[in-house]
Amino acid sequence: MTKSAGKLLFDGSDWNFATLSRTYDAIEEIALGELKLDIYPNQMEIISSEQMLDAYSSVGMPLMYQHWSFGKRFVFEDHLYRKGRRGLAYELVINSNPCIVYLMEENTMAMQALVTAHAAFGHNHFFKNNYLFRQWTDASAILSYMEFAKKYIAKCEERHGTAAVEAILDSAHAIMDQGVFRYRRPPRLSSEKERERARERLEYEEQTFNDLWRTLPPSTRDQEEAERDASERKKALNLPEENLLYFLEKTSLILEPWQRELLRIVRVIAQYFYPQRQTKVMNEGCATFVHYTIMNRMFEKDQVSEGTMLEVLQSHANVVFQPGFDDPRYYGMNPYALGFAMMQDIERICTAPTAEDRDWFPDIAGNGNWRDTLLDAWANHRDESFILQYLSPALIRKFRLFLLTDNAGDNFLEVASIHNERGYQAIRAALARSYDIGANQQDIQVVDVDLLGDRQLRLRHNVKDGVQLEETNRDATLRHIRHLWGYDVSLVGVDAETGETLYECSTDGDMM
Amino acid sequence: MPNFIDRRLNPKDKSIGNRQRFLKRAREELKRAVKEQIKSVGIADVGGGQNVSMPTRGVSEPTFQPAGDTGDRERVLPGNKEFSPGDRLRKPQGGGGGKGGAGTGEDEDDFQFSLSQDEVLDLFFEDLELPDMIKLSLKETLTFKPRRAGYAVTGSPTNINVAKTMRNSHGRRIALRRPKQAEIDALAAEIVELEKKPGAEAKERLAMLQAELDWLERRRRRVPFIDTVDIRFNRFEQQPLPNANAVMFCLMDVSASMGEREKDLAKRFFVLLHLFLRRRYERIDIVFIRHTDEAHEVDEETFFYSTQSGGTMVSTALEEMLRVIAARYPANEWNIYAAQASDGDNISGDSERCVSLLSAAMKYCQYYAYVEIIDERESEIFARTDNGTSLWRAYRTVNGEWPNFQMTRIAKPGDIYPVFRKLFAKQSAQHQPRK
Repeated sequence: MTKSAGKLLFDGSDWNFATLSRTYDAIEEIALGELKLDIYPNQMEIISSEQMLDAYSSVGMPLMYQHWSFGKRFVFEDHLYRKGRRGLAYELVINSNPCIVYLMEENTMAMQALVTAHAAFGHNHFFKNNYLFRQWTDASAILSYMEFAKKYIAKCEERHGTAAVEAILDSAHAIMDQGVFRYRRPPRLSSEKERERARERLEYEEQTFNDLWRTLPPSTRDQEEAERDASERKKALNLPEENLLYFLEKTSLILEPWQRELLRIVRVIAQYFYPQRQTKVMNEGCATFVHYTIMNRMFEKDQVSEGTMLEVLQSHANVVFQPGFDDPRYYGMNPYALGFAMMQDIERICTAPTAEDRDWFPDIAGNGNWRDTLLDAWANHRDESFILQYLSPALIRKFRLFLLTDNAGDNFLEVASIHNERGYQAIRAALARSYDIGANQQDIQVVDVDLLGDRQLRLRHNVKDGVQLEETNRDATLRHIRHLWGYDVSLVGVDAETGETLYECSTDGDMM
Repeated sequence: MPNFIDRRLNPKDKSIGNRQRFLKRAREELKRAVKEQIKSVGIADVGGGQNVSMPTRGVSEPTFQPAGDTGDRERVLPGNKEFSPGDRLRKPQGGGGGKGGAGTGEDEDDFQFSLSQDEVLDLFFEDLELPDMIKLSLKETLTFKPRRAGYAVTGSPTNINVAKTMRNSHGRRIALRRPKQAEIDALAAEIVELEKKPGAEAKERLAMLQAELDWLERRRRRVPFIDTVDIRFNRFEQQPLPNANAVMFCLMDVSASMGEREKDLAKRFFVLLHLFLRRRYERIDIVFIRHTDEAHEVDEETFFYSTQSGGTMVSTALEEMLRVIAARYPANEWNIYAAQASDGDNISGDSERCVSLLSAAMKYCQYYAYVEIIDERESEIFARTDNGTSLWRAYRTVNGEWPNFQMTRIAKPGDIYPVFRKLFAKQSAQHQPRK
C-alpha cells in the first residue's frame, strides 16, 4: 500500500454510518469551499428498495394522501422492477428545507459517495438557488403542508366516504396539468393558522347559508345592459383564467367546502412540481456536474481509491449516455447527458475558449471564472432560456444534432437544419423551444361563464401549430371537469394565429 | 454534519393501502383476467400467486393529450450521420409520435402485475358464492404444531430445561474449581475447634484458616452456582402437521354434447375440490379420466381441450377408475376422492351398470361428487330432483345408500358450492384424515 492509503476515506464497497459521515464531510468541504455551493441543511435517510418503490409511487413525496392511482403506479413499477426490466434510482431528493435525501441501502460505498455529491449538494444547491424554485415553491412549508393534506383527506374520507373523495380527486388529477399558474405568481402557502381561519370562515358560511337569497326576483334589463354585464362578469371572475383548478375551486357552484379544499391540495402539489418540470435538464445537469467535479477532486486529493473512482466513472458514464436517434435505446434527449455536457462546455468556454466561442459567447469566453459563471447560470435560468443562451456550436457538433420538421399534412419529414454554420441558430432555438413547457403544454383557458344564465362553462383551447387534442382523452377529461363544475362544459379549439375555430365539443346532456 | 436517519426499519408497506384501492377499482377487469387465467392453467396451479395482465381501460387517468397526427412540429434529434438540409424522409408507418417524440409516455396498455394467492382466491371465490367461513378455511395454509427441536440459549422462563442447565452448571463449577460446600463446612468446623484452644500456635493457624475460608467464600461468590451461560431452554419449532396422501379422480364426459361452457363449469368444480383437498392433504395426485363410449386416463391438457367423438357410456369411466385404484392407489394408503361431471347423457341400459359399479367404488371412496351440468333454461324444469336423465335417476338410488355421495345439477358457477356443502360440514365435525 502507498502512503496515500492512510488518507482514504473508505476502502471496499461496504458502508457504515462512520464512513458515510466522514465522506459527507469531505464532500462538503469541496462543495462549499471550492465550488461555493449554497445548500439547505441535509437530512440523509437510508431506505430499503421496497421503501424506494413506495416513494416512487407517491411521486417521491415522503408523505402523500391515499389514492388508487398511486397504487396503480406502484403495481406497475413493482412489476417492472421484479421482472428486472428496470432498476431503481440510487437516490431520491426532495425540495424541502431541510432537504431530504434518500440513499438506497443496496448502494456500495462508492455509490453512496456519488449519490451524496449528486443529490445532497448538486440538487440541493439548485433547489435553493434557482429563481423558479425560490419564487414559486416554499421549501420550508411543503412537508408540513403535505402532512396537513394527508390528514385532511383522511378526515374527509372518514366523513364523506372514500368513494366521494376519490371521485373529486380523480377529476382534479385529470386537470392537474391545467392547475398551475404560469405567469401570475401563486399565493404563498399560508401557515397552518391562516388555513385554519380560512376553514373556519368556510364553515361559518356553510352554517349561515340562506337559500332565500336565490329566490329574489331578477331585475329586468335590456340587451345593451346584458352585454355590458357579460364583460363585467368576466372582469369580476378574472377571466380568462388559465388555472382551471383554481377557477373551479373558487367559482364552482356545486362544490362543498371540503371538496374545494381537495382541489386546492391538488393544485398546490401541481404548482410545487411545476418548476421541476421546467428545469429537468438544468437540475440534473447541475447535480451531475457537481458529482463529477467533486468525485474527481476527491480522487486528486487521494481521498478515494482507484477502484472507487472506476466504479463511479462507470456509473457516471451510464447516466450521461446519449444514444443516437436511430439507436433502439433512444428515448428522447437524455437530460443528464445534455445538462452535463452543456455545463462542462461552459467550463471549457471560460477556461479554454476557441475563436468560435469568443464570437458566440463574448461575455463569458475566456473569463477564467467558470465557477461563478455556472453559479449564475444555475440561479437565473430555466431549461429553455439556458439552452437558448448557452448551447454552443461545439456541442451541437458533438451531439450531431439535427432539426426535423414534421407537418401533419405531409407524408415526409424534412431535415431542416444540421450541425453546420447555417443550422446552429435554428437548432438551438428549436431545442430550447422543445423545453418550454409553457409553449408545449396545451393552452386551455376558461373564457366565459354565465352564472345567472345557463351556467355553461366555456373553455377555449388556443391551438398552436395545429396540434389538437386526442379525442377520447379530451372527452373523458371534459367529463371530469363537468363533474367538478356541475353544469355543461364546452371546449372550443381556436387557432392561436388565425383565430379560426378548429373544433368544438361539449358535454351536452351526458351525465357522468 | 448532516443528519443521518436510518429508515430501513420503518414499515415497508406504505403502498399497500393504495394497492388495495387500485385492485378494488379494477375488480371487474381483474375478475375477468383471473377467470381467463383459470381456464388456461392447470387445476393444481389455481391458488398460487399469479401474474395477470389486464388492459388499463377501467383505470385510465385521462388528461388533455396532444393528438399525434395533427399539427406541425419540430424535433431536434441527436446522432446525425448522413442527413443534409433539405433531405426528405418518409414518415415511419404506424403513426404516433414516431421516433421517440412522445418521450415520456409509458406504454401502459395491457400492463402486467402479480396477484398474491389470497387475492387470486378472493376473485376466484367471488361468483362461487362460498360462505365466508369456507373461504377462510380454504385460504388457510397448513396447520402447525410446536415440536421439540433441541435447545436454545434464549427463551421464556417456563421453557427452562432444568436437567441440561444443571449439567452445564456442574461442568462449569468443576472447571472453575468452585469450592464445595463440604470443604467450607470442614474449614468452618476446624475454625470453631481452634477458637476453643489457647496458644500462639493455634492463633497463627486460626488466622491462616480464616484467610483460607475468606478466600473460598470469595471464590464461591465469583463462581456462582448457576450462571446465565448455563441456562438452556427447550426450543420448539413450528412443524406442519403430517398429512396423508390423497388422490382425486376427475371423471368427465367429453362427447360432443359437452361444449365450452360445460367444460368451464366442470373445471371450476374440479378446481374447487382440489383447493379443498389441498388444504387437508400434503400430496394430492390428480387422475383425469375422460370417456365417450370408452374411457382413458389422460393428462390435463387432453382432458380439457381435446375433443373426441363417439357415444356416451358412463360405466367405462367407472371401470377405468376402479382399475386405476386397484393398480396404483390402494385404499388403505390413499384417501380417494372422486368427482364426476357430465351432462347426464348415457347410452340406454348402461345406467344400471353404473349403479353397481358405483356401489363398488363407494367402498373405496372418501367422497364422491357428481355434478350434472345443465342449460340455464333447463334449471327451471329440473327444479324437482326426482325426474331427470337416466343417469340422474340411477344415481339417485346410490345417493340414498351412501352418505358420502353427493349429487347436484349446476347451471351457473354459483351452483357449484352446494355440492361441497356436506363435505365442508363433515370436515368440521370429524377432521382427521385417514392415514
